[in-house]
Amino acid sequence: MNFKKQLKEGVITNNPILVQQLGMCATMAITTSLFNGVGMGLSVLIILTCCNVAVSAIRKIIPDEIRLAIFVVIIAGFVTIVDLLLQAFIPALSESLGVFIPLIVVNCIIIGRAEAFCQKNPIGVSFTDGITQGLGYTAVLVVMCLIREFLGSGRFGGGLIDVTKGITLDGTGTGIQLFNSDYGASILTLPVGGFLTLGFIFAAMQAALKKAAKKKEEAAKAAEEEDAA
Amino acid sequence: MSVTEYLSIAIGAILINNFIFSQFLGCCPFLGCSSKVETATGMGLAVVFVMGLASAICYVVNEFILVPLDLAFLQTLAFILVIAALVQFVEMFLKKAVPSLYSALGIYLPLITTNCAVLGVVLLNVQNSYDFLGSVIYGITGGLGFMLAIVLFASVRERIAFADYPECFDGFPICLISAGLVALAFMGFSGMKIF
Repeated sequence: MNFKKQLKEGVITNNPILVQQLGMCATMAITTSLFNGVGMGLSVLIILTCCNVAVSAIRKIIPDEIRLAIFVVIIAGFVTIVDLLLQAFIPALSESLGVFIPLIVVNCIIIGRAEAFCQKNPIGVSFTDGITQGLGYTAVLVVMCLIREFLGSGRFGGGLIDVTKGITLDGTGTGIQLFNSDYGASILTLPVGGFLTLGFIFAAMQAALKKAAKKKEEAAKAAEEEDAA
Repeated sequence: MSVTEYLSIAIGAILINNFIFSQFLGCCPFLGCSSKVETATGMGLAVVFVMGLASAICYVVNEFILVPLDLAFLQTLAFILVIAALVQFVEMFLKKAVPSLYSALGIYLPLITTNCAVLGVVLLNVQNSYDFLGSVIYGITGGLGFMLAIVLFASVRERIAFADYPECFDGFPICLISAGLVALAFMGFSGMKIF
């Protein structure tokens, strides 16, 4: 397996959220500003990569019956590390993500990848799998944030980008105001908006995948007819 | 803490800050186990049970083991282990003692370990510094709120089968959209003040 193929799988054809339907809670809860989305996505990416490598490294010595318990302990360890690092170095992010950082422990993506992929694959491939799946997760979060922020309050890049200061890593950036927030559909910034936005993104993804499958089918059919002729 | 405070914790957890519709905790089982009202009820019951117990035990673990030993940074790790062990224990106990309940809950019991509402409620208890009774009440009523949401949504979902919607919304997307609409209804409770 090469990196390009894994990247395509992680981001599109086997996207952790849109195709495997895992890890929905955080996706809907924290995607209210670009700062949160990028922060959460990168935290999951780092934890996922570390866990993938660790699980893959010990895959031959774990007894099968208690493997889930071992996975959970490994994941909880890495989550605690990231949680403490964020509290120390990016307190604003840790504040705004709140309980959702420790909750990465029960995020099904990580335990799902450990169970479905790293148990059977060597360290190198598991490492790239962690990065590509993490990128796929981050991509969906960022798209959700952009849609909810733009339509909800007319902003772009809240917390992460500031008109005067450029890129802010402490979450103080006010974002770029594209239109007056009074005209935004503020419902999208509320919890309800999380459900609706993810629903529409899912539908778009399904439509796109169906279209691609149909195209492939038609091409195969055409090739068959050509052969017959 | 006074009785009114406990009461406002309870009503807040069930209606105003419903775990699913306003805090997004426990969405995976919410969307996964809500295709029938009966299974939703089973899942809801199991969650109420485990959330109440987990709140009680984790309070004790946190207050009498982690805090005195200055190990509060290990909370996440300790809590998830407690929850996993608890779920396993409850499963064995029910199998022996109350087989009827055990068979009714079936596969949902082991799945609860990865329900983020359970870990969430335990962490929120610590964050909000509730006392023992407050934690247990928050756990049980949070579970009841989860049950209310999942049963309500399951009955909505049984009707979606007959609805006419665009093809690309088939399956998961239409569930999310209708969950959003139910959440919209729950927003009516926000800002409600008790006492």
